[in-house]
Amino acid sequence: MTDSAIASHDEHYQASFGSKYIWSQDHKVIAIQYSITAIMVGVVALVLSGLMRLQLGFPDQFSFIDPSAYLQFVTMHGMIMVVYLLTALLLGGFGNYLIPLMIGARDMVFPVLNMLSYWTYLLSVLVLLASFFVPGGPTGAGWTLYPPQAILPGTPGADWGILLMLISLGIFIVAFTMGGLNYVCTILQARTKGMTLMRMPLTIWGIFVATVMGLLAFPALLVSAIMMFLDKVVGTSFFMPVIISLGETLDHTGGSPILFQHLFWFFGHPEVYIVALPAFGMVSDILATHARKNIFGYRMMVWAIVGIGLMSFVVWAHHMYVSGMNPYFGFFFATTTLIIAVPTALKVYNWVLTLWKGNIHLTLPMLFAIGFIFTFVHGGLSGLFLGNVVIDLPLSDTYFVVGHFHMVMGLSPILVLYAAIYHWFPKVSGKMLHEGLGRIHFWTTLVGAYLVFLPMHYLGILGLPRRYFGMGGTEYIPESAQALNANITIAALVVAVAQLIFIANVIISLRSGKKADPNPWGATTLEWQTPDNPPTHGNWGPEAPVVYRWAYDFSVPGVKQDFIPQNVPNSAVEVTDAAAFAEAGK
Amino acid sequence: MAIAIIILLLVIGTVIFHFISPWWFTPLASNWSAIDNTVELTFWITGIVFVAVNVFLVYVIFRYRHKPGLKADYEPENKKLEGWLTLATTIGIAAMLAPGLYIWGQFVAPPDDSIEVEAVGQQWHWSYRFPGADGQLGKVDTRLISEDNPFGLDPSDPAGQDDILIFSNELVLPLDQPVKVLLRSKDVLHNFTVPQFRVKMDLVPGMLSSLWFTPTSVGAFDLMCEELCGIGHYAMRGRVVVKAQEDFDDWLARQVTFAQTQDRVAGDSALGRAHYQVCASCHGAEGEGNQALNAPRVAGQDIWYLRRQLHNYQQGVRGTAEGDQFGGQMIAMAGLVADEQSMQHLLAYIDTMPEPARATAEGNLNNGRQLYRNCVYCHGEQAQGIYHMNAPRLAGLEPWYLARQIGYFRDRIRGGHPDDFYGAQMSLLVQSLRSEEDIADIVAYINSLSAAD
Repeated sequence: MTDSAIASHDEHYQASFGSKYIWSQDHKVIAIQYSITAIMVGVVALVLSGLMRLQLGFPDQFSFIDPSAYLQFVTMHGMIMVVYLLTALLLGGFGNYLIPLMIGARDMVFPVLNMLSYWTYLLSVLVLLASFFVPGGPTGAGWTLYPPQAILPGTPGADWGILLMLISLGIFIVAFTMGGLNYVCTILQARTKGMTLMRMPLTIWGIFVATVMGLLAFPALLVSAIMMFLDKVVGTSFFMPVIISLGETLDHTGGSPILFQHLFWFFGHPEVYIVALPAFGMVSDILATHARKNIFGYRMMVWAIVGIGLMSFVVWAHHMYVSGMNPYFGFFFATTTLIIAVPTALKVYNWVLTLWKGNIHLTLPMLFAIGFIFTFVHGGLSGLFLGNVVIDLPLSDTYFVVGHFHMVMGLSPILVLYAAIYHWFPKVSGKMLHEGLGRIHFWTTLVGAYLVFLPMHYLGILGLPRRYFGMGGTEYIPESAQALNANITIAALVVAVAQLIFIANVIISLRSGKKADPNPWGATTLEWQTPDNPPTHGNWGPEAPVVYRWAYDFSVPGVKQDFIPQNVPNSAVEVTDAAAFAEAGK
Repeated sequence: MAIAIIILLLVIGTVIFHFISPWWFTPLASNWSAIDNTVELTFWITGIVFVAVNVFLVYVIFRYRHKPGLKADYEPENKKLEGWLTLATTIGIAAMLAPGLYIWGQFVAPPDDSIEVEAVGQQWHWSYRFPGADGQLGKVDTRLISEDNPFGLDPSDPAGQDDILIFSNELVLPLDQPVKVLLRSKDVLHNFTVPQFRVKMDLVPGMLSSLWFTPTSVGAFDLMCEELCGIGHYAMRGRVVVKAQEDFDDWLARQVTFAQTQDRVAGDSALGRAHYQVCASCHGAEGEGNQALNAPRVAGQDIWYLRRQLHNYQQGVRGTAEGDQFGGQMIAMAGLVADEQSMQHLLAYIDTMPEPARATAEGNLNNGRQLYRNCVYCHGEQAQGIYHMNAPRLAGLEPWYLARQIGYFRDRIRGGHPDDFYGAQMSLLVQSLRSEEDIADIVAYINSLSAAD
């Protein structure tokens, strides 16, 4: 899209309240709509996790938690967090906000489609939440929704809850596809002059690859949702063999429950990286900016993102080592799974090496980013246990798995999301978030959540199965496991309450926060170089920026300032030592 | 600065927690020590990386934290360093993967001398099948499953006639004998896990899966379902008992074959009438029950359930717990029908009794219905009982008796005996009734249901 096309679009732009804040086609407003919706539904999921922890920590104390309710809490917590919070906030929220700004575009290439994407997403959330109010309540089949039990009596919500879940997922995928096509096209087509692919900030690389992956992976979920819907409603047998359900012989015959698992995880594993890659990208930029140092090994970071993205499509069955699939698959999937650890480890090294010999400003975004490195190292390493097929035998389906995936794709991306919110909030709102409240929020979240998820690994080694409403009556689980569970619950509740501090901080800072400079962190990327703060519709005023350099010219030798924005040509750089500057330019 | 200290403390704390944690593998009771060793190796490799990366991170934060005048280095990349790190990581990964794949190679190939046993899962129980003298398991088909043929064996397959059927959640296995467990499910996904054996595998309806191990310790081990299978998932418990070969052989010899289960002679109600005279003094001439004598109604109850309870009394599984004095009285009584044939006659007579009139019960029916949603799948919409689910009829039982039994289950007066699997399951399930009011409400609701027989 050319500048003149955007300009004429702007002339027709009616700034009534409705078109500005509700039916907006501005990527920034849509991003905020996505973010607020995702965070609100995330709060629901957080409350659900608190309820389930109450039962685990203090069994049989709360009359409103029975086995059905417990499984419903578990299921809805998981699905909301993975899909409706993390995916939506990272791509719909940050993707929308940052893509046009960071690549120097005036908006997404298909603004109407972008708006539709949000409203469709909102519809999917409403359908999902509606399942709390139908007879039988939401599905309690576990977030993986494995058939046959997901659609058979004996599982909560097997009548209406599961149907609403499948419909909601279908709608979500439509929303994602509209948004995703937009992100990909915008990144490929709307980069400003000089913004070559290898000059793009890693944030954009992460979002780009994650979106491409989403476009390839979500269809697998869509077809499995449609097939399960047909099995339930029409009586087909895609996933349903001959079954005696609660004493009744069903009409199904010939279907394969494992087929669903393959389809689900063909989506489900890439989904882990759909969440992780944008987080990897954002944390890279935040670390570089706040350490005043270029990201270490930029090219390798890009190839690692692309490599992880590709590899993540050939590891899915590591979720299925003990599913009853042909055990010989284990050799292949264990090998690919452990190979993917190499580029992932390199990313971690490069983050730490970015800090090495840096000038580390321990700002709030930096604290969250460092916290992320710590939890991600932990979660990544525990993944090497589960990925190594034979170790999965004792640990699969235990609390080790719960500890692992919460550390690696729960806590870690959420720490990045917080880092990102504290980092970009001044750009989005024009206000700084309150430092003191932010620090309390950070410390409680990091230490508290670690105390939640670290001990779970050990309960898993002990052999505590996940998704159990109650543990009572075993020989091998000692009393002390219950005491540990009680402590985990207390830590979890503290962490949950600490998130209120964050929400309060956002509200307080919006109302009476310190006014932010246009570029408070001294960042190089384009979104910090907008003429207005916050940027207005169209982003750049009369002239779009031109890019002259990569995104990481921090502390360049011979230069007066410790950063050079991407849109500053060499001729405009204030140089103190021309020879050193020229040397660095090589 | 604080972040450097806290991360250092978290690392040190993690290492200390790791070494002092009392929560660790249960003592190994199978041949799979290689799995434990691989876990140990992986802990060392990942532990070293965890400490090294984080300590370096702490050092870097401490050393390069912002101070006035500090300027960061400018070094876009360092190919040599990146190359070395890639190499070291690859070696570490290979060191973990190689033993993992090697041991997996053993797991996928059961030894030639292993015996086969089939474990059958259903919501929320286990049962087992051994091949008989011919060493071959007979053909099965889920469509053939019925009340008389719970395993769905093909009656026309000669190989199945001598198959030994275990109608219990308890599986007995011989010591030091490799066992290949064939896994089959009647309904949804389940999972066969004995933590002390280290290996696990899902049961998938419509197909057969398997795992193998060699038990190396005598003892009783919890069998857990570890694949979500509905609301009773957490209560789907079984047990694997490992015995010396000769004890195992004795046990196996006492179990019934498929052919025997098909030949059972039906009881004669006329003969049963005489046996019932002793029972009538407490349970009533019409089996209507007598609260004053603490004798519940037997008329209308499922015959298979009465048989199981009589066996439980005979074997001391029920009525021996402290606090169950009424059950204690039944032990001697049940002894009067110690031979199978008498019991068949007695039960045949009870089966002819007419349905007695309903007692009344007061309680909040709405709350009762809500609470009953966790019971409905096994006991049925009308509390009519479902044989396939091992769940007896509740409709028509007197409210005082129902309430007392729920209390017994809650307090483990019933369901505490190690061989009372169904009772133990009920102990877990009634925990969702949190108060006496809840019990009164659910009893009133059950009493309001009318089971069509």
